Amino acid sequence: MTKLYNDKALDEIKARLEKWEKETLPKSLRRFPERSDDFTTLSGIPVKRLYTPLDVKDTGYMEKQGLPGEYPFTRGIHATMYRGRIWTMRMFSGFGSAEDTNKRLKFLISHGETGLSLAFDYPTLVGIDSDDPLAKGEVGVCGVAVSSLLDMETIFDGIDMGAITTNMTINPPAPVLLAMYVATAEKQGVPYSKIGGTTQNDPLKEFIAQKSYVFPPEPSVKIAMDVVEWSVKNLPKWNPISISGYHIREAGSTAVQELAFTIADGIEYVRHLINRGLDVDSFAPRLSFFFDSHINFFEEIAKFRAARRMWAKIMKEWFNAKKERSLWMRFHTQTAGVSLTAQQPFNNIIRTTIEALAAVLGGTQSLHTNSLDEPFRVPSEFAAKIALRTQQIIAYETGVADTVDPLAGSYYVEWLTDQMEEEAWKYIDRIEMMGGMTEAVKRGYPQREITEASFRFQREVEEKRRFIVGVNIFVEEEEDEIRNVPLLDINQKEIEKRQIERLRMLRMERNNEAVRDALNKLRKAASEGENIMPYVLDAVKKYATLGEIMNTLKEVYGIWVEPPIY
Amino acid sequence: MGGAADILELMKEIRGRRIKVLVAKLGLDGHDRGAKVVARALKDAGMEVIYTGIRQSPEQVVETAIQEDVDIIGVSILSGAHIPLMERLISLLKEKGIDDIPVFLGGTIPIPDIPKLEKIGVDKVFLPGTPLYDIIKYTVEAVKKKRSRRN
Repeated sequence: MTKLYNDKALDEIKARLEKWEKETLPKSLRRFPERSDDFTTLSGIPVKRLYTPLDVKDTGYMEKQGLPGEYPFTRGIHATMYRGRIWTMRMFSGFGSAEDTNKRLKFLISHGETGLSLAFDYPTLVGIDSDDPLAKGEVGVCGVAVSSLLDMETIFDGIDMGAITTNMTINPPAPVLLAMYVATAEKQGVPYSKIGGTTQNDPLKEFIAQKSYVFPPEPSVKIAMDVVEWSVKNLPKWNPISISGYHIREAGSTAVQELAFTIADGIEYVRHLINRGLDVDSFAPRLSFFFDSHINFFEEIAKFRAARRMWAKIMKEWFNAKKERSLWMRFHTQTAGVSLTAQQPFNNIIRTTIEALAAVLGGTQSLHTNSLDEPFRVPSEFAAKIALRTQQIIAYETGVADTVDPLAGSYYVEWLTDQMEEEAWKYIDRIEMMGGMTEAVKRGYPQREITEASFRFQREVEEKRRFIVGVNIFVEEEEDEIRNVPLLDINQKEIEKRQIERLRMLRMERNNEAVRDALNKLRKAASEGENIMPYVLDAVKKYATLGEIMNTLKEVYGIWVEPPIY
Repeated sequence: MGGAADILELMKEIRGRRIKVLVAKLGLDGHDRGAKVVARALKDAGMEVIYTGIRQSPEQVVETAIQEDVDIIGVSILSGAHIPLMERLISLLKEKGIDDIPVFLGGTIPIPDIPKLEKIGVDKVFLPGTPLYDIIKYTVEAVKKKRSRRN
């Protein structure tokens, strides 16, 4: 083991620390009593007054930290990190009609955004068409409405799909949206080898947290793995899955739970793909991750560093991956929506800045920064621009991107990285004992853990053991600011009407015989356990709608209803 | 404000049966953190709480409210579809003749929408960051008012 300190040095430090605790510290404590008896991270890990080499004395440098671009990748997956290339600034956006979103994407590209990320409206997220009675009032509100290939073609009108990568936050309907994306790129003449981007396609976290599930857990995982398998074989640049801790965290988990549950989800998917007979090195380099960056600064940085180390170890030691890229945990980060407040909303710019900084110091590959108006609604252009500029200031003004993993070696950060890892392993062990994450989800285990954690946090806020500026400290009774945030105005009724009309026209003009035929083939393939992707792609190209395709799959796989536990 | 003793004091003011609350997730969004935290807080305060689970239609919520004979309905919406959904919910309550049941709403609600929601008939809108105690206090007072009107 490559120890950082020799025993003699450690003895000296220990003796000196004991002396400090007897002499220097009590004097100071008498003059400045501490603000609290127990300081803890958001995960409840106790934070000591002071960290010294004694706290990391057992750490082997090469084993625990190593060098960037080398196992165990704690310091980053690339040797040069941001000295080579700044992270991808990927702003999640989408609202209203396909035309509205097309305009917003072009606006973001013209202001220096380097990757697209599509937000879909709720009907699309749960796989129903804009003209479904359940969609009423929700079409185009929290994202763009996509009911058929026609909508996707409009979103990318005038945007070169061979030159830009796109993230699609879509889960149960992921095969359909991916098929639409591929079909649109094909029409633009972009070859499969140049189609790049990500489908979130992470079903387990839907049951754990995000709750836009459609099918029961087992078929949900099966369908998601169809997407992974098909993409690995056909789209060399596509990230078919983004294993997501973000929603788990936003639903109220701690940082440790976010880390543990995300990795446990990842383990489950890897097992499924290996069971399909795929070689681990054929798909592992295409797996990507997505984390939250919350407000407890150092804990977040430690979480990111621990995540990389844990994943590399799992891929190498559990699954025998041989390729170096298979060991990389590549991840996207979004700042914590849940940390933003409706009170004194301009303060949200500051929160987002601190969280974005943590993501960068944690070595993220891409980043979304939230807009100040998100406690109210989908961002305005004004707010989205400030959020993007926040990243640009961090990248180009602060110098934090000029050296690799600058916080490495901090006694506190290294100690906390070890703690995060240790605590996360305990959860993973428990989930392994249950038989993996699908089983754990069916038993409601992660769901209950999250519900408990979020209630505990709320209690701490109410009892003022945690502070939120403007909410339980420095509160302003009469706020003007809250009323002065310029909000995005969308004409929802008009969008819904146009969208319904568009679908009516589509159903009239397309070849309905061909649609029926394609859906029948899809139903048959699904019943026989085949990979559904080629059949979905065919149906999409015939202009079958999202709802039609999803309903066909529901006939085969059934639907999931969660028991309402609180 | 807001300690267990304060809550006990508030609950003493209630005459008759235990307050029965319906906490509902209306619409398609799955953000259930707030709804669950509020449900739990109301239950811990001593009320009987029915939680619907996610993805409920206005029709389903009204049906449950009738079946369970609740005193008050708390709705959570974070999808932005609060105006059409609340319009539909309140008009159904009126249709069924149970619009004396007060309805409160929480979620990501733009400030300019609050007066519109009040006009529709929403009794109270809570923004993110509202202390749980405020919601408990409101619930007790709203039910008290409703019961005194009935008597």
